[in-house]
Amino acid sequence: MASAIRRRRTVTAYLFCTPALLGMLVFFVFPLVMTVYYSFTSFDLSNAPRWNDFANWKFLFGQDPLIGKAALNTLWFVAILVPVRIAGAMLVAWALTRARRASGALRTVYYLPALVPPVASTIAFVFLLNPATGPVNRLLAAFGIHGPGWFTDPAWAKPALVLLGLWVLGDIMVIFLAALLDVPTEQYEAAELDGANGVQRFWYITLPNMAPVLVFALITGIIAALQYFTEPAVASATAMGKSSVGAGTSTLLGWPDESTLTYGQLLYSKAFGANLFGYASAMAVVLFVVAGLATAVLLRRFRSLTPEVAS
Amino acid sequence: MRYRSVLAVPALVSLALVAACSGGSSGGGPTAAASAPPTVTGTIQFWHFFTDREADVIQGVVDDFEKANPGVKVEVKSGQDDQKMRQAISAGQPIDVGLSYSTDQVGPLCSSGDFVDLTSFITRDKVDLDQIPQTVRDYTQFDGKRCTMPALADVYGLYYNKKLLQAAGYTQPPKTLAELSDMAVKLTTYNKDGSIKQLGFMPLLGYYENAEAHWAPSADAKWLNEDGTSAIGSSPGWPVLLQWQKDIVDRLGGYAKLAKFQAGLGEEFSAQNDFQTGRVAMNLDGEYRTAFIADQAKDLDYGTAPFPSAQGYESTYGGGYITGNIVGIGKGSKNPEAAWAFIKYLTTNTDAQVKLSNGLKNVPTMHDAIVSPQLEVSEQFKTFLDIFENEHSSTTPPSAIGAEYQTIFGTHTAKWQQGKVDDLSAMLKQVDDEIDAAVKLQGGS
Repeated sequence: MASAIRRRRTVTAYLFCTPALLGMLVFFVFPLVMTVYYSFTSFDLSNAPRWNDFANWKFLFGQDPLIGKAALNTLWFVAILVPVRIAGAMLVAWALTRARRASGALRTVYYLPALVPPVASTIAFVFLLNPATGPVNRLLAAFGIHGPGWFTDPAWAKPALVLLGLWVLGDIMVIFLAALLDVPTEQYEAAELDGANGVQRFWYITLPNMAPVLVFALITGIIAALQYFTEPAVASATAMGKSSVGAGTSTLLGWPDESTLTYGQLLYSKAFGANLFGYASAMAVVLFVVAGLATAVLLRRFRSLTPEVAS
Repeated sequence: MRYRSVLAVPALVSLALVAACSGGSSGGGPTAAASAPPTVTGTIQFWHFFTDREADVIQGVVDDFEKANPGVKVEVKSGQDDQKMRQAISAGQPIDVGLSYSTDQVGPLCSSGDFVDLTSFITRDKVDLDQIPQTVRDYTQFDGKRCTMPALADVYGLYYNKKLLQAAGYTQPPKTLAELSDMAVKLTTYNKDGSIKQLGFMPLLGYYENAEAHWAPSADAKWLNEDGTSAIGSSPGWPVLLQWQKDIVDRLGGYAKLAKFQAGLGEEFSAQNDFQTGRVAMNLDGEYRTAFIADQAKDLDYGTAPFPSAQGYESTYGGGYITGNIVGIGKGSKNPEAAWAFIKYLTTNTDAQVKLSNGLKNVPTMHDAIVSPQLEVSEQFKTFLDIFENEHSSTTPPSAIGAEYQTIFGTHTAKWQQGKVDDLSAMLKQVDDEIDAAVKLQGGS
């Protein structure tokens, strides 16, 4: 009798889960399986895929002349852009908790850029940082500083994108702000009574309390950086004086000098520019594996910081 | 047992999807009926990329077609990107007529079967393809399969600022690249800090329409062999062009100085375009620039000419780079006869071609339209009509890897123009190897 009830409950549970499971299968598992399959084929989107063994994989790991550059650029963004944005968002959020006046207005001001569509914000930034006509270099010149070429200089194009990333940090800043305001004040009071200084309070109270949101920001930031596409693609096109991106993505790749060529852009170019959908699928599988591994490692590494484990 | 059935539902759906989406077949597709129907009827879906004012021009021709064929209703989807259109066709959407902006898409569109072979329609209706220059006929077919027709063409030539040239003592545009270099040097002025104030000609690839493809006709430089492999390393034209570029870059002060000038360029299709503002005296551009100048820089006194020829290729002067819009029937077309009737009207009807050309300021692709008295031809626009029909004009050949061969070459020429390449022959050989590897991969091995 008891087992019959249990079975009925299980069936009911599965029935409730079915819509979600269907969604997962159709929009995640199925594309994933097909992508892995296509990575072993020559595929042009229209004709049936032709099995080509490991040709795509051999090309990926031995023959593609741009894959190394694209991977390194992408890792650069993971290593620099993500921590800089997190640190910047933390700083702004902390400063906002200290604001005595107009805190609501200030929060709005710092959050607003995150609402600007990435294409628009990138175009605006390219114009602001135009080395010849942009206001930023004119301002620097007023102080006797010879401004860099920003998006037109291979050495400065990536840092310019980091600046853009800092400007639109409102999305994680608002989460940090909520987490900061959630830290129990009595913990700070107790620490103060024990003689802890500001750094110690931050390190031993603020940081552990914010660990879950920090891990969240880090994981989502890394995944986003691994897929970084829109901003560098638009920046390249705009800095070259082109008004369109989609039409000539292949010819604008990573300009200047492949400095902003990311893995995502190369993948798109190989699929829709070179008609190498099988190869692009192999690239997508690698990206998925890297993102999955990074997420797993981070979750494992920071597990001890989460309140559940700490308690 | 029952809960196993529940679990099986999503699994079966997934399997069904796998079976359904495992790729189709390029074989077949709609073909022409034995004889042309006396009247065509029904609804056709027409996808194109034009927007705003240009979409209105297209709509005008669609309206004319519907008037001439009252039984046909054309559903127009404007502003559709090439990739989006191709994905839709591949997914089986019934797109009857698709208009693409890139001849680089001809290879993938034909080889994949996304656009059907038009030969049966063309043969049945005895369409006179001799009206179209050979270069254009070549770029609208792939591997012997004519899956597209040319709608309009873009033709590239040299724009020159008459006032600036006269001030420097020139009355004629350059005809050779050597003359272009000399004039560019003389027309270039510098600021006190040594930076470029006004540039005679920008020789850096990537600047506006400066592209390997657009320079190639000047030295009859070849892209691909008959078998689709790279001909860049074995074509004598490329070293000539690249050495000329190196020479002029050096004479104008070097890459860094030119790159700094380029960094301050105005957006290509805005009134701040460097040629329109007088920042550069001579510039390579398409015929459509005449429309932008008429709209944005009415007072600009300018002339147009074929792009100069390289040393040893003087006899090719008069030709230039041609590309253009292509149009075809999607493989999922439900009404191929009406679709073909529309394509035939769009691409071979003189009045339609003239109307499109007058509205879009692109070059018509049929000879009858080019010589039509109704075609609005300014002195500057006339140059491009002549280039279009010149026997030395050429284009980038269709390839199964799309424009990838140009992209690969571009990654190397970017290093070359910065002075980072010591051995040009070795570089060109490497370009060949990389292109051939991509072609081989696309071929399935």
